[in-house]
Amino acid sequence: MAEVSTRETYGNTLVELGEENKDIIVLDADLSSSTMTCFFAHKFPHRFFNCGLEEQNMVGMAAGLAASGKTVFASTFAVFASCRCFDQLRMCLSQTGLNVKIVATHGGITVGEDGASHQAIEDLALYCSLPGFTVVVPADAIETAEAVKVAANMYGPFYIRLSRSKTPLVYAEDYHFTLGKAVTMREGKDVAIMATGIMVAKALVASEILEKQGINCRVINIHTLKPLDEEAIVETASEVKGIVVAEEHLAHGGLGSRVAQVVAREKPVPMSFVNLKDRYASSGKAEELLQKYNLTAGDIVEAVKSTMLKLHDNVL
Amino acid sequence: MSNQNNLRSQSTPQAKQVNMFDLSMADLVEMAKKLRRHIITMTATAGSGHPGGSLSSTDIITALYFKVMRYNPQDPQWVDRDRFILSKGHAAPIAYAALAESGYFPVEELTTLRKLGSRLQGHTDRNLTPGVEMSAGSLGMGLSFGVGVALAGKLDHRDYCTYVLLSDGECEEGQTWEAALSAAQYKLDNLVAIVDYNKIQLSGWTRDIMNLEPLNRKWQAFGWHAIDIDGHDFRQILAAIQKAQKIKTKPVVIIAHTIKGKGVSFMEDNVKFHGKVPTPEEARRALKELE
Repeated sequence: MAEVSTRETYGNTLVELGEENKDIIVLDADLSSSTMTCFFAHKFPHRFFNCGLEEQNMVGMAAGLAASGKTVFASTFAVFASCRCFDQLRMCLSQTGLNVKIVATHGGITVGEDGASHQAIEDLALYCSLPGFTVVVPADAIETAEAVKVAANMYGPFYIRLSRSKTPLVYAEDYHFTLGKAVTMREGKDVAIMATGIMVAKALVASEILEKQGINCRVINIHTLKPLDEEAIVETASEVKGIVVAEEHLAHGGLGSRVAQVVAREKPVPMSFVNLKDRYASSGKAEELLQKYNLTAGDIVEAVKSTMLKLHDNVL
Repeated sequence: MSNQNNLRSQSTPQAKQVNMFDLSMADLVEMAKKLRRHIITMTATAGSGHPGGSLSSTDIITALYFKVMRYNPQDPQWVDRDRFILSKGHAAPIAYAALAESGYFPVEELTTLRKLGSRLQGHTDRNLTPGVEMSAGSLGMGLSFGVGVALAGKLDHRDYCTYVLLSDGECEEGQTWEAALSAAQYKLDNLVAIVDYNKIQLSGWTRDIMNLEPLNRKWQAFGWHAIDIDGHDFRQILAAIQKAQKIKTKPVVIIAHTIKGKGVSFMEDNVKFHGKVPTPEEARRALKELE
C-alpha cells in the first residue's frame, strides 16, 4: 500500500476549500509548518492567524469568529488541541454548537521520538465526551480530504484527528465518504475487526494473515466515532461470532468503549481490544512504538484468536 | 412596564445607527436603580445567584445598553450591532435585566431566573436568551471570544464595537492574558474591555487572595491603552468609552473601580453577597433603599 501524509492532504484540501469559500478562516497555535495549515497561510495570509502558544485563546477566538459568520478551522497537535483547552472546547464549542473545526495532527503514539508529553492518546475519549461534537479519525489521505470537505460544509463543531507519519492508502481515488457510516472494507463471517485511523490498514493486513490460517475476518472502518454507526455495529454483531476493536488510543473512552457499549446493550458477543491499555508510551520511532505497545497487525491477529478462544470456552 | 414601551417607540430605522434610548444622565441614574431593583427581586426569588457582582456592574451595563451601543432587540442577530459580551457570567442577573428593559424579552420573565424551563439560566447561555452574545460561567473566556468577534469585524470591514465585561477575579485566569496579548497583536481598536474592579472575589479581598496590582500597568504592558475610572459615575463611564472609540491601532481597557453590592447599604463591600442572595427581609430593605 502506498503511503501518503494525511496532514499534507489536510493542508492542500484547506487551500481548495479556501478558494471556494471566502468565509473560511484558519487558526493555528504556532505549529502551522507541522499541521500544514501553512499552505493556507501562504495562499490566504489575511484569513490566517497564528495564535501563538495560546490554545485556550485560540478556541475562544474561533468561537467569536464563528459567531460572526465564519467557518473556522483551528489546528495544532492533537495533544494540545484536546488536553490543553478542554474547558474552552466544552464551554465555547460543545455548549454553543458553534461552527468550529478542530483538525489536529500528530495524534497517537506514532508521533514517536517526542515522547509521552506529545502523544495524544486521550483525545478521542475527551472529544467523544462532548455533546454536539462530531469526531472523525480518517484511515488514510483520501478519507482525510473527504472528511475535511464534509466538515467545512456541515454546521457545528468537529474534531478530526490526523497523524504525523504517512499513512498507507486503503481507499481508491473514487472513494465516497459518508459521515457517520461505517465502511465494510472486507467481508467475513468469523470475527469482525472494527478499527479506526491508522489501525484500519493494520486490520486489513491482519485479516489476510488470518485468512491463510482459516479464519475469515470482516474488517470495518469506523471513521466516525461520533455519531457512531450503531446500526452497522449491531448488524455486524449479529452476523459474526466475535468482535475485535483496534485503535491508537487508551483503553477507556475511545472506539473500544463506544462499540462495547452498543454491543453489550443490543447484541452481546465476545470482544477483544487492541489499544494502549492504561499507560503512556515513550520515545522511539513510530514503528518501534507500535511494536512495543502492541498495536501491530500481529497483535490484531492474536486478539482475533483470543476472541475465537472465548467463543470456544463459551460453547463448552 | 410602560416606560420600556415608551422608550422603545422612539426607535426608528435611522435611530438604530445610534443607541435607541440615548437616555439623559438623570434617566440613566433612574434606569440603573430600576435594574438594581430587578437584580434584588430576581436573585431573592431564585433563592440563589450572585447579586454583589451584578450590582457592581450595573452602571457600566446601564451606560452601554441605554446610551452607548447600537442594537435592535427586534433583530438580535443584526450584523452591524455593537456587541456586549459578558465574560463574568455570574453577573447574568444584570445582563438579563438590561436585555429585558431594552426589549429583548418581557420584563415579567426576569423572575424565572434559574428555574427549570426558564430561558434565563444561572449563567448566560447564548442559545437560550435573545441578546446574549456568548455563554459564560467558566471564567476567563469572554475576552478571547471578543477578540474573535472584533477580528471578524475587521475582516468584514464592519464598524461595530465589541465590549467585553470582565471581573477582577477573571484577571487571575491565564487565558485573559493570552487574549490580552492577542488583541494587541491584532491591533483591535474596535475592542473595549471593561474590568469591573470591585476588589472582592468569592472568599475575600482580591488583594489578599491574588493581588492584581498594578492592574493598569499590567494592561499597558500587554499593549493596551488603559483608563482608570469610577465605575459608578456615568460621566466618567461615558467619557472613557468615548475616549476608547477614538484610540486607534490598540485595544482599550477601562478599569472601572466599583463597589461590590453597590446601591444597597448592607450589601456594599460585603463579601457575603458575592454568591449569596438577600433573605426576603433583606430584599425588602434593599428594594426600599433603591426606590
